[in-house]
Amino acid sequence: MTQLDGRGIVEVSDGGVSVELKGETMTLNIGPQHPSTHGVLRLVAEVDGERIAKLEPAIGYMHRGKEKLAEVRTYAQITALINRIDWVSGFANEVAFIRAVEQLMGVEPAPRAQMIRLILTELTRISNHLVFASSYPLELGAFTPLMWAFREREHIMDVIESATGGRFHPNFNRVGGVKPAAGGGKTQKKVSLDLPAGFYAAVENAMDRAELACDELDDLVTGNEMIQMRAKGVGIISYDDVIAYGISGPNARASGVPTDLRKLETGLLPYEGIDFDVITRENGDAFDRYLVRILEIRESIKIVRQAIGSVPDGPLQAKVPRVLKVPPGSIYVRAENPKGEMGYYIVSQGGRIPYRVKIRSASFSNISILSKVAVGQLIPDLVATMGSLDFVLGDVDR
Amino acid sequence: MIAFAVPFALWLTAKLLVALGLMLGVVLVVIWMELKWSAHIQSRVGPWYVGGRWGWAHPLAEALKFLQKEDLVPDDADDKVFRLAPYVMLAGTIATFVVIPIGPSVVARDLDIGIFYLLAVSSLSTLGVLMAGWSSGNKYSLIGGIRAGAQLIAYELPLVLALVAVAVQAGTLSLTGIVAAQATPLFHIGSTGISLPFVLSGQIIGFVVFIIASLAELNRTPFDLPMAESELTMGYVTEYSGLRFSMFFLGEYAGMVSMAAVVSTVYLGGYWLPGLSNDLLDWLGPFVLVGKIFFIVFLFIWFRWTWPRIREDQLQQLAWKWLIPLTLFNIVATATLKVVF
Amino acid sequence: MPIPGIGLAKGLWLTLKALFRKPVTVMWPDEKEELAPRARGVIALSTDNCTSCMLCARECPDWCIYIEAHKVEIPTDKPGGRVRTRNELDRFDIDYGLCMYCGICVEVCPFDALYWSPAHEYGEYKIADLLHDKEKLVEWLGTVPEPPALEK
Repeated sequence: MTQLDGRGIVEVSDGGVSVELKGETMTLNIGPQHPSTHGVLRLVAEVDGERIAKLEPAIGYMHRGKEKLAEVRTYAQITALINRIDWVSGFANEVAFIRAVEQLMGVEPAPRAQMIRLILTELTRISNHLVFASSYPLELGAFTPLMWAFREREHIMDVIESATGGRFHPNFNRVGGVKPAAGGGKTQKKVSLDLPAGFYAAVENAMDRAELACDELDDLVTGNEMIQMRAKGVGIISYDDVIAYGISGPNARASGVPTDLRKLETGLLPYEGIDFDVITRENGDAFDRYLVRILEIRESIKIVRQAIGSVPDGPLQAKVPRVLKVPPGSIYVRAENPKGEMGYYIVSQGGRIPYRVKIRSASFSNISILSKVAVGQLIPDLVATMGSLDFVLGDVDR
Repeated sequence: MIAFAVPFALWLTAKLLVALGLMLGVVLVVIWMELKWSAHIQSRVGPWYVGGRWGWAHPLAEALKFLQKEDLVPDDADDKVFRLAPYVMLAGTIATFVVIPIGPSVVARDLDIGIFYLLAVSSLSTLGVLMAGWSSGNKYSLIGGIRAGAQLIAYELPLVLALVAVAVQAGTLSLTGIVAAQATPLFHIGSTGISLPFVLSGQIIGFVVFIIASLAELNRTPFDLPMAESELTMGYVTEYSGLRFSMFFLGEYAGMVSMAAVVSTVYLGGYWLPGLSNDLLDWLGPFVLVGKIFFIVFLFIWFRWTWPRIREDQLQQLAWKWLIPLTLFNIVATATLKVVF
Repeated sequence: MPIPGIGLAKGLWLTLKALFRKPVTVMWPDEKEELAPRARGVIALSTDNCTSCMLCARECPDWCIYIEAHKVEIPTDKPGGRVRTRNELDRFDIDYGLCMYCGICVEVCPFDALYWSPAHEYGEYKIADLLHDKEKLVEWLGTVPEPPALEK
């Protein structure tokens, strides 16, 4: 038996010669500059031919220090900053934070504001899932759904802009409600920022268009045999893995874990009066994650249609002092971000500035499963899996 | 042809330049068509401003843009192979135009072994792709090149076998003979002879298989894994820039035109249209052929912008498990029917 | 039992229909979209209202507003009366290279001196030109729209 200088073993015997070569794996850096990693994610992969032997995500390229910045900003300023964590679903980022501050202060938000918050959150959920539903086929090679879904998304963005002034970063939540007026002055007129005329009609129109987009995507993508070939059976996450790795949102629901914080965390937003289903699937592969999100768009459309009909009248913000001081204490509040569970742990020592804000973002836990799920897959399957997890680097790195 | 008192070499060069120029023109039109049709499928407008209405000069502007880009050869690259690869690939696709008949007596060279020559020469582009992938000195390009090589070799067979069935039905390998065979009447209704292109007279399986195989040969969606932008940046073309990149770009579209020309000639009847006499076809033939080429090109573009891409092991399964048995069955059926009728 | 390939065919039919629909592109700069009145494009300043109380500069998350003012005495009507002072603005700059368009400054101003305007085409070739000084901010006042009517 001879060694081929570490590269293999040669055995010579009476029956013949057998050579066994030890292959080497190639280290491939996927990213950080890459068209399909949703941002600057670097995956250090050891590939054997096309099969992945080991995968390690290297994150931190987009760290903007939001938690550190929050230590020197007042609560209203922090609201402006955290809009930008998960930049695809702008409004949904603020909800958990503001509810946490309200619960610390013991302020009950105005009912009209709660309903408006609910409508805007569901609109951003539809918008986020439309982005996913269009960029996921793009990674698999279908170029058209992207343009169609973004076309329908423009209507939702216009609606949000007409109400709040911003398309992606509305910065509309205030403690006790939503932004009531521009200018809180004792002189001159206050320009109320209540819903503009034509809002309900515009929302109805946007919902009709979103439903049209869903139907088109169903025909073009969901029923397409090639997408099914690429996505079925790929990147299976088991029920236990979901619980062990802390995966949340549609990714968890696609593996059979029926957690939806809209139903579990009662009291955040008025979901009790609204009738909707929690969508779960059994298999936990990429196709199921895709399907769960498409069906969730339809559920959100149902929710918005019910909510528009039941917005109560009243003030937009509860009575809170002008200079906001939060009593000492700490609280953790989590809400259902479109990408998963987003939570804020606020420690306050009295005063206008919090002592510490810890952000639990959904995508950070969601991509931790990659190093387990990707082993043994081919590189195109890795892309299909990554895309189906629907993460955004701003959410991962904060 | 008026005989000029010029040496043969000069005449040949002139013919070559005219052919290259015409081909470039057709390729630019095809690029414009792809940009416009893909834009309208996606609810956008596409080229609009360049050259006035509808941006017809857009591909020309793109060609000029590529010419003035920096010419990079990476340090790690194998210099000579790197420089040679695009031209090998382009040569493979251009050389197929020699045998395509444009009119009843207008063809660059009517070879007796037309189909054989066509297939042999179009496999040169496989070599060009492998050379590009290997010599770039980049892991992504290597993976892309090897993938492309495997895909192109696997889909050569269905291509060849589909054409064998056509040769059996026509009784000849020469392309003008095949078009003439499609022009001869199959049966008579009353006193008029009905002649059908091969796609309608028994070669429908071959047509479908050939379209699929040519999509794979051209590295177009749904088989464009080698140049899958969302995975490997640009696959085997990653390290190319400027004029060489435009050679690959042109080569892809020239290949599209040449494959479309082959399909039109072999399955759809080429320059021949029912009811037109041969003299009329001398003038109208090129337009008929170009019309059929545009139709096939439209099919290619339509498929590209609708469907995603399939993984390469699924691709290989498709080729070996489905297409090859289908084409073998096609040959046997054609031969049987030819003998029986 | 669905026919194999029916999904592919449906997709093809959908794209064929889309090929003949009118594109949704707005051909900028010949056509421009109309933005909502509340859209946050640029901030306009009314120097008549501003008392340089510095609230906006303090509350800005990026601290991109630079204010300098000096005190001016108001002459008294009656001799021997208490001399009053008021602030006079020297400098009021907003650095749009830093501005996050969050709207906190407009919201906290107690004297309604700041207004939102949907005008958004003020790109510059040099980043330093993104600092809009007092005169430019007053110019933007002409683009501030009427607030929209409210729902019901």
